[in-house]
Amino acid sequence: MLKDDPLVLPSFLRDTTNSDSALKKFLNGLSGVDTVGVEERVAKLGTRSIKTTAKAEGIDLAIRMIDLTTLEGMDTKGKVKSLCAKAKRPDPLDSTVPSVAAVCVYSDLVGIAKENLIGTNIKVAAVATGFPSGRISLAAKLQDTADAVSQGADEIDMVIDRGAFHEGRFLDIYDQIQSIKRACQAAHLKVILETGELKTYDNVKKASWIAMLAGADFIKTSTGKVQPAATLPVTLVMLQAIRDFEIATHRRIGMKPAGGIKTTKDAMKYLVLIKETLGDNWMNPNMFRFGASSLLNDLLMQRQKMKNGAYSGSDYVTVD
Amino acid sequence: MVFEYAPAPESTKVVNLKTNYELFIDGKFVKSKNGSTYKTINPATEEVLAEIVEASSEDIDYAVNSARKAFKSWSKLTGAERGKYLYRIARLIQERSRELAVLESMNNGKPIRESRDIDIPLVAAHFFHYAGWADKLDYVGLGKNPQPLGVAGQIIPWNFPLLMLSWKIAPALAAGNTVVLKPAETTPLTALLFAEICQQAELPDGVVNIVTGAGETGRFLVEHPEIDKVAFTGSTEVGRLIAQAVAGTDKKVTLELGGKAANIVFDDAAIDQAVEGVINGIFFNQGHVCCAGSRLLLQESISDEFLNLLYERMKTLRLGDPLDKNTDIGAINSAAQLAKIHTLTQAGKSEGAQMWSAPCEIPEKGFWFAPTVFTNVTLSHQIAREEIFGPVLSVLTFRTPDEAIEKANNTPFGLSAGIWTEKGSRILEVAHRLRAGVIWANTFNKFDPTSPFGGYKESGYGREGGRQGLEAYLKASK
Repeated sequence: MLKDDPLVLPSFLRDTTNSDSALKKFLNGLSGVDTVGVEERVAKLGTRSIKTTAKAEGIDLAIRMIDLTTLEGMDTKGKVKSLCAKAKRPDPLDSTVPSVAAVCVYSDLVGIAKENLIGTNIKVAAVATGFPSGRISLAAKLQDTADAVSQGADEIDMVIDRGAFHEGRFLDIYDQIQSIKRACQAAHLKVILETGELKTYDNVKKASWIAMLAGADFIKTSTGKVQPAATLPVTLVMLQAIRDFEIATHRRIGMKPAGGIKTTKDAMKYLVLIKETLGDNWMNPNMFRFGASSLLNDLLMQRQKMKNGAYSGSDYVTVD
Repeated sequence: MVFEYAPAPESTKVVNLKTNYELFIDGKFVKSKNGSTYKTINPATEEVLAEIVEASSEDIDYAVNSARKAFKSWSKLTGAERGKYLYRIARLIQERSRELAVLESMNNGKPIRESRDIDIPLVAAHFFHYAGWADKLDYVGLGKNPQPLGVAGQIIPWNFPLLMLSWKIAPALAAGNTVVLKPAETTPLTALLFAEICQQAELPDGVVNIVTGAGETGRFLVEHPEIDKVAFTGSTEVGRLIAQAVAGTDKKVTLELGGKAANIVFDDAAIDQAVEGVINGIFFNQGHVCCAGSRLLLQESISDEFLNLLYERMKTLRLGDPLDKNTDIGAINSAAQLAKIHTLTQAGKSEGAQMWSAPCEIPEKGFWFAPTVFTNVTLSHQIAREEIFGPVLSVLTFRTPDEAIEKANNTPFGLSAGIWTEKGSRILEVAHRLRAGVIWANTFNKFDPTSPFGGYKESGYGREGGRQGLEAYLKASK
């Protein structure tokens, strides 16, 4: 992320957010996305063969990119504590395993997470704004965000109003994101598009632009509560929107696919996708995150296998 | 560099290369009567793979006579019986697909990703498709009980060795013909492996004969009086010679020749997918594709934006070892072809077009050419008119749909074309006015056994694939 004030856009883009009709016109003027073409490109990149040194590097990189997540109604302080322990030292048997990027929890558990991550570089991310549906008033969303920030959240994962999107109220979404961004203060803002509810790649591209124009630091695919969650084609469309935004504004936006990424093989496909779409500038936890919980254990098992030559099994990684 | 892909070479252990190969005639591998030999190489390493026979006119005589003899019984089999053999061959191709893919990449230089994911699956698909047709010939469109032509002499190119073999052999056999096929001089090995598959399938002797050699061998085959049908895929130059050779005979001919396809990108295209389509259109198989989208016609209003994205995308193309599973661009098939590419690109430069090549590391051994784009190309440039048959794209711009169509059609060829726009009505209108045998909309280089393939003008005549592909091997009952 570059240092500029993220809310100031170059003049040719500023005009696009002056009115509802200007924004709509701008979004409808973006080039379309061909479904067949996107899926074909992803399928082809999916054949990349990631072996030996590349795999070892990819596994550690993926671990460092994880937002280790628990977002359940049954989450407790104990659960968050153990998640933090796992975030710090993912593999108790192997101290060479790097820590994850962040722990992601509901806003009322931010304080517990913070406490348990003192002295580490691991960030605390909080989902806010009426996660996962976002069907609450703006005032409540702002309150939700402010709560999380006041407890020390480093990152806020907000959801957009998908109802507004389908009603064509793009400027309302833009305004809401801007308001939340202000409420975040120094915290980084990840904007969840919930692509599973946007349905088309054209919509994903439009929503990505709304979020980036409004000041998102990251754009994120999904809450994990709607199927499908993250997919490779959706991620490709978002990465290409990020690239276009960088060309237009010289600002680099981060990317976070979340939900449904469970295996090392999946993770390697995402790394291939970033590498061949955005390049090395995005190949780090500042610019790319995996929103995942079970992915970490698969990465650890694969890592053990590469190290020891034999597959250990799920009893050799912790279930936290 | 972060996350550099480690080498991921496909093993060559699945391939059992012989040091020298004989001709496949009358169901057996036989010594040449008096032909000479030559060496076939791996174009990525220049290593000799095997010694190959250059079949003489006596060898061709023997092969054609065997096919003639086999025709008597093969054409009398019921369609269902012939279909069984074709299904068996199709299944064996699937079973031995890895071996075939590796050998194809070794002898041709194409990336294993393509031979594995495109060539060999399509080969099997063609045999399956025509196996299904064998007992349904009444529905080809020639009336009841159409008859096979007899012995087909088939000559195929080096760019898709086994795939072109399947395009030729599968419909011929389904229709009840027998064949003598000559693979290209530089890529004979998968055809010879296919001969083994015919033995394994217990195909009756003489139904398929494979004779290796160069142009001279091909001439013997085309001119042989006992040939009823000539099917050729290759250069327009050789196609012309074949047309002359069969003129005045009652041999039937289909020719699938060169191309200089226009890939037209309108300003309302889905840009990223169009960029990908242009890449796939010209860099697939190192551009050794007769229907390659070698002329990019770009609407002027988006040309800068589009070209920048294209260059960025080209920088990610991985050139190198064809057997590495992550290779996108393999080797040029021969020294001769590489020389031709150099000559034409040199002409492009001296005619004033601007050349840009992707920054690839070129291996020391073997024949290679980095993916290249020429801008500021005009229709009068040689690189806009002649088929380069390499990874070289010529970019022209246009202002209106009419201008795009006019420029696209302004070529002696007419094999294929591509249209990129999100506007359906534009696709229909433009496709209607393009003079090309295959027109792809929002995609490129898609092949399917159900779809007829062939050209207009100097791109040849006749169609291969689908129901139409059978018409070339049948005649109506008298």
